[in-house]
Amino acid sequence: MKKYRSTLFFIFVLFTLLVGACTPAEPATEAVGGDGGGSGVETEETMEEVTVTIGFTASTTGKYNVESTRQINGLRLWMNQVNDAGGITLADGTVVKFTDKFYDDESSTERVQELYTRLATEDKADFLISPYSSGLTDTSAVIAEQYGKVMITTGAASDSTYQKGYTRVFQTYTPASRYLTGALDLLAATDPDVKRIAIVHETDKFSTDVSTALNDYALSLGYEVVLFEGYASETTDFAPFLNKIQESAPDAIMGGGHFQDGSTFAKQLFEKELDVKFVAILVAPPEPTFAELGDAALGIIGPSQWEPLADFNAAAAEAAGMAFYGLSSAEFTAAYEAEYGESPSYHAAGGYIAGLLLQKAIEDAGSVDPDAVKAALDAVDVITFFGHMKFDTSPENHGLQIGHSMVYIQWQNPDALEKQVVWPAEGASAETLFPLP
Amino acid sequence: MDILAFLVDGLLIGFVYGLAAMGLTLIWGVMNVINLAHGPIIALGMFGVYLTFSSFGLHPYLALILVAVAGLLFGMLVYGVAISRVIDAPHLSSLLATFAVNMIIIGLATAQFSTTPRNVDISLGSLSIGPVTVLGTRVVAAVGAMLTTGALYLFLYRTRQGRYIRAVSNNRSAAELMGVPSSRILALSFGIGTMLAAVSGGLIATFFPFTVLSGGTYELKSFVIGVLGGLGNPIGALAGGLVLGMLEGVIPFFTSTAFVPVIEFVLFVVILLVRPQGLFGAKQ
Repeated sequence: MKKYRSTLFFIFVLFTLLVGACTPAEPATEAVGGDGGGSGVETEETMEEVTVTIGFTASTTGKYNVESTRQINGLRLWMNQVNDAGGITLADGTVVKFTDKFYDDESSTERVQELYTRLATEDKADFLISPYSSGLTDTSAVIAEQYGKVMITTGAASDSTYQKGYTRVFQTYTPASRYLTGALDLLAATDPDVKRIAIVHETDKFSTDVSTALNDYALSLGYEVVLFEGYASETTDFAPFLNKIQESAPDAIMGGGHFQDGSTFAKQLFEKELDVKFVAILVAPPEPTFAELGDAALGIIGPSQWEPLADFNAAAAEAAGMAFYGLSSAEFTAAYEAEYGESPSYHAAGGYIAGLLLQKAIEDAGSVDPDAVKAALDAVDVITFFGHMKFDTSPENHGLQIGHSMVYIQWQNPDALEKQVVWPAEGASAETLFPLP
Repeated sequence: MDILAFLVDGLLIGFVYGLAAMGLTLIWGVMNVINLAHGPIIALGMFGVYLTFSSFGLHPYLALILVAVAGLLFGMLVYGVAISRVIDAPHLSSLLATFAVNMIIIGLATAQFSTTPRNVDISLGSLSIGPVTVLGTRVVAAVGAMLTTGALYLFLYRTRQGRYIRAVSNNRSAAELMGVPSSRILALSFGIGTMLAAVSGGLIATFFPFTVLSGGTYELKSFVIGVLGGLGNPIGALAGGLVLGMLEGVIPFFTSTAFVPVIEFVLFVVILLVRPQGLFGAKQ
């Protein structure tokens, strides 16, 4: 028995030594990435270089994995470009560099609540970037405001987040209330005789906000909304919905939700051979992988926060009498493709613009002081590669994006599917394919 | 009014729900194990068909045979590694063991495939009769579900191994006393349950896009169907699936689709109260 105990003890000591040898010298952290030590604004040797920690969560796992990963890719691209260029030099000569601290939120509200609290308190992040999706962002915004952190939101379009009296949360996306209204303008411009529309939408916060605003806008324009109904996020079988749509005989269908349900809906709509002239759905159509639906993708219209085809550059800004900031759409697209080997979606551009806006605010403020940066963001009114950026500063809607507008794409050319911008008319790259083939 | 279109669509999807539930109810009925890895295994079946189709060009319906064999072997492996040691322990142990398998599969599959939706690009056209339009892939899936149910029924009631499974299901100790090799039979039951889940996933993949997380929806429905149809009875599972599919198809005709889960789960509670052994289950 004694010998047995000695052997056990020996194995234990050996195991402890092995574990010790394999453990890195740095203290362990639960963060899944990032190289920030959570030290807040670090003043390094010369007192002229500060390192700003940006905190955020990413949905490395869970249902937002795809969109969130692209968003983070965009943000990282901006950070690497700034750091590689030697950082930002402020008016007083201070050089600002950036580091990040991030965790996997598992696409879960509970995790976001826990992790943003941690980012704000234990990790002492100086500025925050939102997670992907309106629901997760709504949760993180409460915490940002509670701890007085400036947060730039991206991948989040709900209006209601900015109608709660927050003062430090700033939106980069066109808000949900204006997300699909342009599709109605496009429809009216294409065929004024179409009057019957069906609105079917996912019942999550974002899609419900978009569809409610769309419904109000449609009624104000004199459209007859023949069906207005929601479906659960996990819906895969749209047959009952399509039967209902068929019953109500609309000319146009609008609504949708996120990628998975949107692409499923488009596929089953095509298979059911419903007789409709115009289909515009959220989120899914602008994604490059939507083309995998083949013929089912043809003619489908979708709003996009940004498209490489919509070329915002310094010359266009000057023509509009506005200031331009940062790189052009073409430069962003080329840099993203070089870094990640794929075309950037608007989620990726959204990640980049969040970082770029923070950079602009720090430069304008001439400081990394949160109050000064907040004031600089309030004053932003600029054209970027992502479009016009300007925030509402009224107490009722503080931080709501009021400068940016959506572009609408449509999949065209049955022989080799390609995306074309069809609205707004001044940015269109092709005529609208109407009615639906 | 065209309620017929709603009814036909509901019944067609109901066959697939029934098949998806069959594996769960078999394992539940025979082994008294609630398999929380059922959903991810359905998703693996989807990916099995997708990968053999997209990588090797194998027709999805032929790929189903490979998926069935792989599902059977995978189930027996999971039983040997994770279930066999806790089969006689309290229910919570087997529940946690299958939950662990669930998390492992989802974790590995997410790392490998991400949660990007996939799509098996196959079309068998559609057939329109009056207001009813049925898709070829859904008809084939319904026929596949019926054939699988028939085959499972024959296996359980006409073969020695099937009789062993039923014997172990009724009274494991008595079956062991009669010389039934219960460990082997339990492994076989888990393998068949897994195989059925994987095949149903493969069939679903022919008409719905999917991700690694898609199995969860069918797992939840399978629990409802298990209660509706009774445990361990393939005909009961198929009938339960048809009832559920019919409800999902027809309820939207009368009211908002938001009421579908409400009515489904009210029915679930009513069946539990009035006939806890299910519509087709024998009294305990």
